[in-house]
Amino acid sequence: MDITTFKSRRFWVPGLLLLASAALATLPLWVGSYWVVRLTAILMYILLTVSWALFSGPSGYMSLATAAFYGVGIYTSAILLPSTGALLPLPLVIVIAGLASFSLGLLVGALTLRLRGIYFAVFTFGLVLLIQRFLVWWEMTVTHTRGRIIIVVDDTIIYYVMLGIFVVALLTAYFIRRSRSGLALQSIGENEEAAAHMGVNVTLVKVITFAITAVFMGAAGAIMAPKLIYIDPYIAFNPLISFIPVLMAIFGGLGQFYGPIIGAAIFAYLQEELQASRFADYYMLIFGGILVVAIAFMPNGLVGLIQRLVQKWRKGGSAEQHANT
Amino acid sequence: MPILEGEGVTKYFGGLAAVLNVDFHVNQGEIVGLIGPNGSGKTTLFNLISAALATTEGVIRYKGKKITGLRPHQICRLGLARTFQSVKVFANMPVLQNVLLGSLFGTPINMSSANAAKEAEELLEFVGLSAVRATPAGDLTLANQKRLEVARALATKPELLLLDELMAGLNPAEVAQAMELVSRIRDKGITIFMIEHVMKAIMNVCDRIMVLHHGEKIAEGTPQEIASSRTVIEVYLGE
Repeated sequence: MDITTFKSRRFWVPGLLLLASAALATLPLWVGSYWVVRLTAILMYILLTVSWALFSGPSGYMSLATAAFYGVGIYTSAILLPSTGALLPLPLVIVIAGLASFSLGLLVGALTLRLRGIYFAVFTFGLVLLIQRFLVWWEMTVTHTRGRIIIVVDDTIIYYVMLGIFVVALLTAYFIRRSRSGLALQSIGENEEAAAHMGVNVTLVKVITFAITAVFMGAAGAIMAPKLIYIDPYIAFNPLISFIPVLMAIFGGLGQFYGPIIGAAIFAYLQEELQASRFADYYMLIFGGILVVAIAFMPNGLVGLIQRLVQKWRKGGSAEQHANT
Repeated sequence: MPILEGEGVTKYFGGLAAVLNVDFHVNQGEIVGLIGPNGSGKTTLFNLISAALATTEGVIRYKGKKITGLRPHQICRLGLARTFQSVKVFANMPVLQNVLLGSLFGTPINMSSANAAKEAEELLEFVGLSAVRATPAGDLTLANQKRLEVARALATKPELLLLDELMAGLNPAEVAQAMELVSRIRDKGITIFMIEHVMKAIMNVCDRIMVLHHGEKIAEGTPQEIASSRTVIEVYLGE
């Protein structure tokens, strides 16, 4: 590869990202609050999907722990920002939520990343249910409370905080993917045994990356919590949150950095539209249909399809040129 | 002092001894061959040395330092690299990146990406894979995948290289090339410990040969001694 193209490629993606973020930052000035709320949800899904894909994409370890980390974020907010009055300022709460998820990620990672394939997926999903049930039990027998009510936070503030976490998460994902750790993670996905014998500290790379992705999931949960107003363990640890990012990432395509972003953006937008439309009752059904079609006809996701079309078009173009000369 | 030595190395899988009380040593600069019928414990011994498996009993020392109990990446960074009997290349990564990974992670020094890339290119030249440097490793022929494994292992700057059946599955021309490659690696000053079934190869390139049978060492000596050993002939051809 030519050095100049390498360099320009290196900077146009984060550049584009920052540009898009700047555009997104001015959005509340010219769209109504309705769209601010909708966009917050879309950003949240993209963020969860990109975080999930950052670890599970290259490593091949399918994590279903997203809802656990997201839920820890929600609960951190619920405890520190009760409707009776905030105990700590909002930014600090989000940092604490990120750290709490990070710690849980380290712990779970160290315990379970020896498991491979389906066992890892099942264990991480079990974690979501375990925490959920534990909290139900705790609230019933120890605190004798049911649910928590969270302070009201302005929608625009939520939007800006979410956008901030979103930008940090995307930049982190982009740079990790291109770093040595990204290469190490990819080699683990390709052949973990060989990676270890080539000097990659596989346990460390896996656990740290897994925990880093948990930070963003926790932070996202913390800022989304005030939108829910009322939460209980069933709302905070909703298993669907574990599956949706997986589906969105597969829909977009895991081969490229922007695959999960595009997949999540389209999917989240559709979800928001369908939920608000008269098809609200069927939206999961429509989703299922789209997914089945997507997986059957686009094994490499939307991005794979686009790449295939571009290749076809280029081939067609060059053939024409040959015919002309 | 031998670069690698083992004392009473033993590995049980359940009640079955895959490697039983084996003493061995490899001297600096030697090419030592490890032979034995299928299931005699050769690859298990390599897995114990490289820490893919934990020893049940016994001690393995590298340059006088005990290495049993270390993890695979630590062993690699000490300068002890290996290849695999069933090739384990990173199939979807380009050939160059496979080698690059070894340079970036396999050495104790923290190399800059530019230096690592330069070294990886040189190693591809050394094993004769420069022409396919951008091809995904999974698309290479078996012979080339095996060469890639050698290049990847060399990228970790080993002093001792474990080659596990480098020549299995290759045609005669490829075997000759592989033998020549082994000699060139030795000329770089790297000690080689190799498992091989291709007798012509092992008899030609090895300074010394060890024979395993049912997990135990039954013979050791120069290629001539092994070729004329009664015990070895009985094990291979039956009584």
